Amino acid sequence: MQEKKNYSQLRAMKAIAVASFRSIIRNPSAVVFSIAFPLVFIVAFGFINGNSIKMEVGIDPQSDTTGTIYHSFINSPNVELKTQFTAAELNERLNRGRIDAVLKFDKASSTNTEVVEIITSQASREKGMFVRSLVTNLIDKQNIEYYKNVSLHVDSSIIERARETTKPTELRETKISGREYKMIDFILPGQLGFSILSAAVFGTAFVFFSLRQTMVLKRFFATPIRRPYIILGEALSRLIFQLLGSSVIIVIGHFVFGFTLINGIWTALEMLLLSALGLIVFMGFGFVVSGIAKSENVIPPIANIITLPQFLLCGTFFPIDAFPKWLQIISKALPLTYLNDALRMIAFEGAGLMDISSQLLVLVLWGVVVYAAAIRFFRWE
Amino acid sequence: MSNSEIIVVKDLVKHYKEIQAVNGISFSVYEGEIFGLLGPNGAGKTTTLEIIETLREKTSGTVMVDGISLDHNPNAIKQIIGVQLQAANYYPNLMLNELLDLFAGLYNASIDNAEMLALVGLETRGKSKYKELSGGQKQRFSIATTLINKPKIVFLDEPTTGLDPQARRNLWDLIKEIRSKGTTVVITTHYMDEAEILCDRVAIIEKGKIISLNSPEKLIDNLIASGFERKKEVKSANLEDVFLSLTGYEWRDE
Repeated sequence: MQEKKNYSQLRAMKAIAVASFRSIIRNPSAVVFSIAFPLVFIVAFGFINGNSIKMEVGIDPQSDTTGTIYHSFINSPNVELKTQFTAAELNERLNRGRIDAVLKFDKASSTNTEVVEIITSQASREKGMFVRSLVTNLIDKQNIEYYKNVSLHVDSSIIERARETTKPTELRETKISGREYKMIDFILPGQLGFSILSAAVFGTAFVFFSLRQTMVLKRFFATPIRRPYIILGEALSRLIFQLLGSSVIIVIGHFVFGFTLINGIWTALEMLLLSALGLIVFMGFGFVVSGIAKSENVIPPIANIITLPQFLLCGTFFPIDAFPKWLQIISKALPLTYLNDALRMIAFEGAGLMDISSQLLVLVLWGVVVYAAAIRFFRWE
Repeated sequence: MSNSEIIVVKDLVKHYKEIQAVNGISFSVYEGEIFGLLGPNGAGKTTTLEIIETLREKTSGTVMVDGISLDHNPNAIKQIIGVQLQAANYYPNLMLNELLDLFAGLYNASIDNAEMLALVGLETRGKSKYKELSGGQKQRFSIATTLINKPKIVFLDEPTTGLDPQARRNLWDLIKEIRSKGTTVVITTHYMDEAEILCDRVAIIEKGKIISLNSPEKLIDNLIASGFERKKEVKSANLEDVFLSLTGYEWRDE
C-alpha cells in the first residue's frame, strides 16, 4: 500500500504515548494506586516491624550472667530479651511461639568453660534458627579470640595453625550476617508486583473501554495511524509511568527502609526489567476486561476477580509456604506468584536471569494464554 | 468552485444484520463546494459519511475520493481528509494545546498551535481542557482538529446540533471561511435553514436512498413550480430574527 512517503507510524505512536502519559499523570487514581498505595503498605510494615526481624529470646532465670558470651549476646542487634519469666512460663510462651528461643547461660564448674543451652520450638522455627545462628556465631568468635590469645604465648608455628582454623569460621560468620532478611525485603517486592498487576489490569481496562466508549479511538481511526500502533503507544506510556513508579518505590524502600539491593543499581535495573515483563503480561488481562465489560461499572468487579485472589495468594503479604498444601497449588498456578518470586530472588539473592528462568517461563506462558484471550475478546468499537 | 468531481459514490449499499441503512446511493461532490447530506435521523446520513471516511465497511458499491479508491488505499484517503464525528470526545485530561500536539503527531503534520486555535476563535483557550469548553467552542475545536493535515475535504457530521442561534451562525461563518480557502466541505444536518444558507448543493436522503439532489434554490423553485404554497403567509421576519435582535448576533464565550 502506498502512503504519503514520509508518513511515520512511529511518530504517530509517539504522539499517542505522550498524550496518554500526560493523561495518566493527571489522573489521581493512577498515581495513588501505582505509587502511593504500595508506599503506604511499605511504610506501615516498615514501621510496625522496625527495619528488621526482631527475635524475642527468653533468658532462663537460673542463668549465670557473668560470662562474656552473655554480654556479647545481650548487645546483639535485633534481640529482645525476656528476663522476667520463670522457666515454666518461658516454656509455655515458647510453646505458643510468643518467644523464639530460650537460652540458659552457665559455666561448667570443672573446666571453667562457658556453656549455652538453647531451646527452640516448631512454633517459631525460622526465628529460632536465627537465634541459634547468632549464638553459635558468638561462640565461634569467642573461641577464636581465645585461641589467638593462647597462641600469642607460644611459638609462630602454632599461630599459623590457629589462622588455618580461623578461616572456615570467618566464612560462616559472613554467611550468617548475610542472612539478615528484613521485613522490607519481603514486603517491597510483593507490593511492587501487586502494583504492577493492578495498574496493568485496571489501567488498561479503563483506558481502552473509555476511549472506545467516548469515540476517541474512532477519531484516531480517521487518521492514518494503524491500529497496532495505537495499542503500542498506550502500552509504552503505561510502561514508562509504571517503571517510574517502581523506581520511586525501590528508591524510597532502599534509602528509607534499608531494602536490600544486593548488587546496587544493577539489581534495581534488573527489577525494573522484570517489572516491565510483568506489566506487559498483565496488560493482557486489561485488554480482555475492556473487551468483555458491557459497561464501565462492571470493570472494577471483573478486574478485582483477577487481581484480588493474586493479591492474597501470591506472596504479596504472606509467604506462600504459610498456606496449606491445597491452597499452595492454587498459588503456584497464578502468575503474580512468579513475578514476586523472581523479584525477591533478584533483589535479595542477587539471582541472575538464568536463575529465574523457570519463573520467567511461567510468566511468558501466562502471557501467551492471556494474549490469546485478548485477541479473542478485545473490541475496537 | 470547479466542476471536477472530488468524491464519487456509486451504488453504495450498507446492510446491518436486519437493517438496510444505505440502499444504493450514488452521488458526486465537486471540488470546492459545500455539499449537504440532509435527512431525518436514521435516514443513513452518518453511515454514508462514515463509509467515505473509511470508518465503516460497506456492503457493496464503489467510492473514489480524490481519485483514490476506498477499496485499494483507505490510508491514503485518511491523509487527505479531515473528519469531525458526531458526539466524539477527546483524549481525557489534556489541554487543547496538547490535543493539537496529539493530532499533529497522528497526521505527521507540523502546525502552530496558537495559529490553529486563532483560526477557530479559541486563541485564549489553549490551556483549557476540552470538557471545560461550551458547546459551540467544542464544535469549533473539533473543526480545528480536522484542519491539521490541511485536508482537501472536510467532513462535518451535524456540527450545529444542540447549539444556540448565535453559536450556529458563528459556526456557519467558520465553515464558509474554510471553503473560501479551497477546501471541499461535506456536511450533514437536519436543519433546513442551515442547508439553505451554507450548501451549494444538497442531497436529501430518506430510508437509505437519495430522493432529491440539487442546489437549494433549484429545489425550492421546483417545489413552487409544482404549485406548492405555504399555508401561512410568510412575514419578513421570524421568531429567530426576534431572538437574535433581542440577544445580539454576537457569539459569546460562555
